[in-house]
Amino acid sequence: MNAPHGRRALGALSVGAILLAVGASFAYLALDFRALFTGDGPHEMARFVRAFFPADLGGAFLRQVGLGALQTFAVSVLGTLLAVVGGAALALPAAGRFGRLPKWLARFVLNGLRSMPELVWAALMVLAAGLGPFAGTLALALHTTGVLGRLFAESLENAPRTPELSLRDLGAGAVASFAYATLPLVAPQCLGYALYRWEMNIRMATILGFVGGGGLGQMLYFNLSLLQQPQAATELLGMAGLVLIVDAISGAARKALSAHAG
Amino acid sequence: MNLDLHAPVRADPALRDPLARRRLGLAVAALVLLWPLLRLAEFNPATLADPANLQVMATFLGGFLPPATGREFLGELLTATLQTLAMATAGMALAFVVAVPLAFASTRVLSLAAIGPAAGAWRGRAWRQAVRAFMVFLRAVPEVVWALMFVRAVGLGPAAGVLALAITYGGMLAKVYSEILESVDARPARALLEAGSGRVAALCFGLLPLAAQELASYTVYRWECAVRAAVIMGFVGAGGLGQLMDQSLKMLSGGEVSSIALVFLGLVMLADAISHGLRRVLA
Repeated sequence: MNAPHGRRALGALSVGAILLAVGASFAYLALDFRALFTGDGPHEMARFVRAFFPADLGGAFLRQVGLGALQTFAVSVLGTLLAVVGGAALALPAAGRFGRLPKWLARFVLNGLRSMPELVWAALMVLAAGLGPFAGTLALALHTTGVLGRLFAESLENAPRTPELSLRDLGAGAVASFAYATLPLVAPQCLGYALYRWEMNIRMATILGFVGGGGLGQMLYFNLSLLQQPQAATELLGMAGLVLIVDAISGAARKALSAHAG
Repeated sequence: MNLDLHAPVRADPALRDPLARRRLGLAVAALVLLWPLLRLAEFNPATLADPANLQVMATFLGGFLPPATGREFLGELLTATLQTLAMATAGMALAFVVAVPLAFASTRVLSLAAIGPAAGAWRGRAWRQAVRAFMVFLRAVPEVVWALMFVRAVGLGPAAGVLALAITYGGMLAKVYSEILESVDARPARALLEAGSGRVAALCFGLLPLAAQELASYTVYRWECAVRAAVIMGFVGAGGLGQLMDQSLKMLSGGEVSSIALVFLGLVMLADAISHGLRRVLA
């Protein structure tokens, strides 16, 4: 009787703490959304929203948006691919394949790469490589390497060792044993992770433009700064379309992958 | 039979990878497809070795040590950290308020038409589809983009971030809530509906007891994500740590950037720990 009682008290306590935290947050930020609903507020908001319509669908501008979308797409694909390569390279030592010291080092590097958000990497890469999509690609690649490297290392550690060990026992080389015994076991899962990250990266790639990473994001930031809402509306539509397309491709690829594996 | 276990296996041509040629072909095809992408992304590693860029980077990174610890700066840092946390929490609270009615309206299990022929079933279906489409719209644009627009609409500061979180996370929570509600055993809710109870009662007494744990745990996990998002939204002017970091980056003040990065890491780990603890308690 006592244990559930204690649990219930703990639960009530944490719910109370959450409510308190929410109240404190609103108080601390002194949020006053009343201005949005009273006086001139609704009118102003409506005017701001109405300025987005109609979207600018002029031929020349549409072509520009298409180019920006392609650039964002390229940034997301290349960033993810580089991260797959980098993640795989770091996953091997991080899974403890080369002894303890390389393992700690690789994990440290992966943690560092992962814990910096993409946007911070992008700001740094703009310094290192200049404004443009290349900086965005590098930023995505660095952060995603940290994420994928850890996930790959985990799959490597969880894969059964016996197939590889038996190949080794038969006299096959280390690389061949890995490539024909362990790699086929972990590849579907790793590809699944990579596709999932790609879906996240297409969203990120649009955002990286805000700090100078090229593509649709850079155009949107520019147009919004100049209060050119019709152009911004087109770019927003382009972003949403891009995200939906990538989700569809990635979803189809993942389905094919699981059908293949299963 | 004399079997030499140490003879190199790959020397035997019969034991070569039978798929080698196909794999090589695929790799070449992939590289050909990749080429236009490389061009589009202006992929050019040589810029990294450009002396001017290297110079800027070196001075900037050199400034990382020691991290800035000026009294005034630390005060700013503390305010920004609290602001980020408050932004994430308030944003989540509003997102919850947005998500609950949406999830309630879009859950199929709670549809009266599900238990048999009901008058105006098509209207319910159309209504649910409309709500779902609205949820997709809320989620389709990333939260930072919403934040950027709200900064234009309500001015610089955390209010824009809170609104952006409320919208995107509202859509996301609503989707996941209704997925969770549809994944649990629907029979208790159905029995209630068939016995003539209202839909709210069926939700509270039929579905929630089964789904509450998972719902709570997901909400807490989302809060953790909201903390990260709140930092990032600062970069477009929504206040908090992100905005401070943006300023320091623009002034190329390495010491401040490294202090902020350290605080950010600490904050993420703290959010992680709180979320982990809460999920254990609520589970």
